[in-house]
Amino acid sequence: MAAGSLAIQTRGLTKVFGAQRAVDDLAMQVPAGSVYGFLGPNGSGKTTTIRMLLGLITPTAGDHDVLGHHMPDDLTTALHRVGSLIEGPAFHAHLSGLANLRRLDAADARSDAATSEQRIHEALDRVGLKPAANKRFRAYSLGMKQRLAIAAALLAPRDLLVLDEPTNGLDPQGTREVRHLVGSLAADGITVLISSHLLAEIQQICSHIGVMRAGRLVAQGSIEELRATQTARLTVVTPDPGRAADVLTRRGLAQVLVDGDVVTAAPGDVAPEDISADLARAEVRLRRFAVDRPSLEDLYVSLTGEGFEVRG
Amino acid sequence: MRFFRSELRLIMGRRRNQAGLVVLAAMPVILGVAVRLTESNPRGDGPPGFIDDIVGNGVFLAFAALTFELTLFFPLAIAMVSGDAIAGEAHSGTLRYLLTVPAGRTRVLVVKYLGIVAGSFIATLTVTIAGAVAGILLFGTGPLTTLSGDQISLGAGLWRLLISAAYVAFGLCALGALGLFISTLTEQPIAATVALMIVTATMWVLDAIPQISWLHPWLLVDRWDGFADLMRNPADFGTVRDGVLVGLAYIVVGLLLAWARFDGKDITS
Repeated sequence: MAAGSLAIQTRGLTKVFGAQRAVDDLAMQVPAGSVYGFLGPNGSGKTTTIRMLLGLITPTAGDHDVLGHHMPDDLTTALHRVGSLIEGPAFHAHLSGLANLRRLDAADARSDAATSEQRIHEALDRVGLKPAANKRFRAYSLGMKQRLAIAAALLAPRDLLVLDEPTNGLDPQGTREVRHLVGSLAADGITVLISSHLLAEIQQICSHIGVMRAGRLVAQGSIEELRATQTARLTVVTPDPGRAADVLTRRGLAQVLVDGDVVTAAPGDVAPEDISADLARAEVRLRRFAVDRPSLEDLYVSLTGEGFEVRG
Repeated sequence: MRFFRSELRLIMGRRRNQAGLVVLAAMPVILGVAVRLTESNPRGDGPPGFIDDIVGNGVFLAFAALTFELTLFFPLAIAMVSGDAIAGEAHSGTLRYLLTVPAGRTRVLVVKYLGIVAGSFIATLTVTIAGAVAGILLFGTGPLTTLSGDQISLGAGLWRLLISAAYVAFGLCALGALGLFISTLTEQPIAATVALMIVTATMWVLDAIPQISWLHPWLLVDRWDGFADLMRNPADFGTVRDGVLVGLAYIVVGLLLAWARFDGKDITS
């Protein structure tokens, strides 16, 4: 990753709440132009990180840059180019969607009053909320609330979008819509940081991934880089497991294991077709022959663990 | 400026604030009707409060209403608006979006305080106008008899009424500065409102205990009814001037505390 083109860079970013290190020594690098999937189970420190990135929370230690501006010194300059959705939508319930956006735009010292109405309507249009613009926020469905929050993030021209769990609580169709929207924004060249506790929800649109666990960033890189770290596994099902294991061992494969009629091994750099040829020459009868590369999901699960662990 | 207008719309657009304003305006009307119905009763000689003067000139109803609403209704109105200011936005989660817009923390505080100031003046002027109008309709008007016994013209009387209203509003602004500070301490608007009411009530109680009279000059509420001196002839500005100075001190301290608290606060709501 080239150093000059990072939309977000953190150095040793740490936040301690009482006795708990909510975020611990984070070195996050979000390349400009990427769609960065920020993953981790609930409570792993994603939201705290995002709040620090946006200057809502003061880090206990470390610092960070957003769009090349050092935070929090240049907070106003940096955040002007950042649209954000933090922990779900929050608006004034008694105001309409339109009035809420007007209020947010009025709060922005740098936004141009002359173009305000036009930008607001474009943002509402982009998220498909124009027909409900004059409805009170309290009457919105969860999906509409979420969309209004995204519209708010798009009120001004942005270089970076920070979307914290934008699909939280949405039905499958709503999730698809958000994914589609994020995809189209990324196609415009906007860098997107999108957090989720579900890899499957955002894997298709992400170019990069960072995985949080218990306050630490345990993996980070482009999808290809992360895939490459995954080791493939050869599985052979045969009535001749002994002979098959011999062939594989002679071929120099590591971790050859026999379990009944199933033989597994790590193929390493050996091409699968060469292995199958060897097996054929040794007249090993095959019921199944497969080389599997674990999915990103498997990696994610191996990094974050499964089940209901709760940090105290 | 756009932000301030938006804040004003937000405050005035809340049903509960509109209802509050109606209640404030209803007070002088109720007061006036009550006095009108009991007009035949013999005059008591209770000094300030202006009740006895209403019969003579309706404009005094406005003075009486200001005096009456000072103890509870005005502070309650300010406590509601200042509770909404920061704690309310934090409670609804809109504070985090205001700050990431970014509106700027100091700018948010300034606009929020200006909203409270505007609320103070709107509340006070509403009561003053409602009082004067209701009073004149119920009792008629003309030259005013001052507390010193002689008369001043209606024009001069109305001018002094306006100054009195501004003085009351200023006292509420000082209370609002404390309210703004309390509002930065919590994410529960109702807690901020109750806390400011407790502060106000405590000051009234302390102000009523003669043994600690040395403390009274420093209590914000001590000179709140000092505008009565303006209805002497000539007008006595001494109490009002001291009241403004004490109010200024409360504003400076309140705003500094609010800023110190809010500027580095972790926004986790």
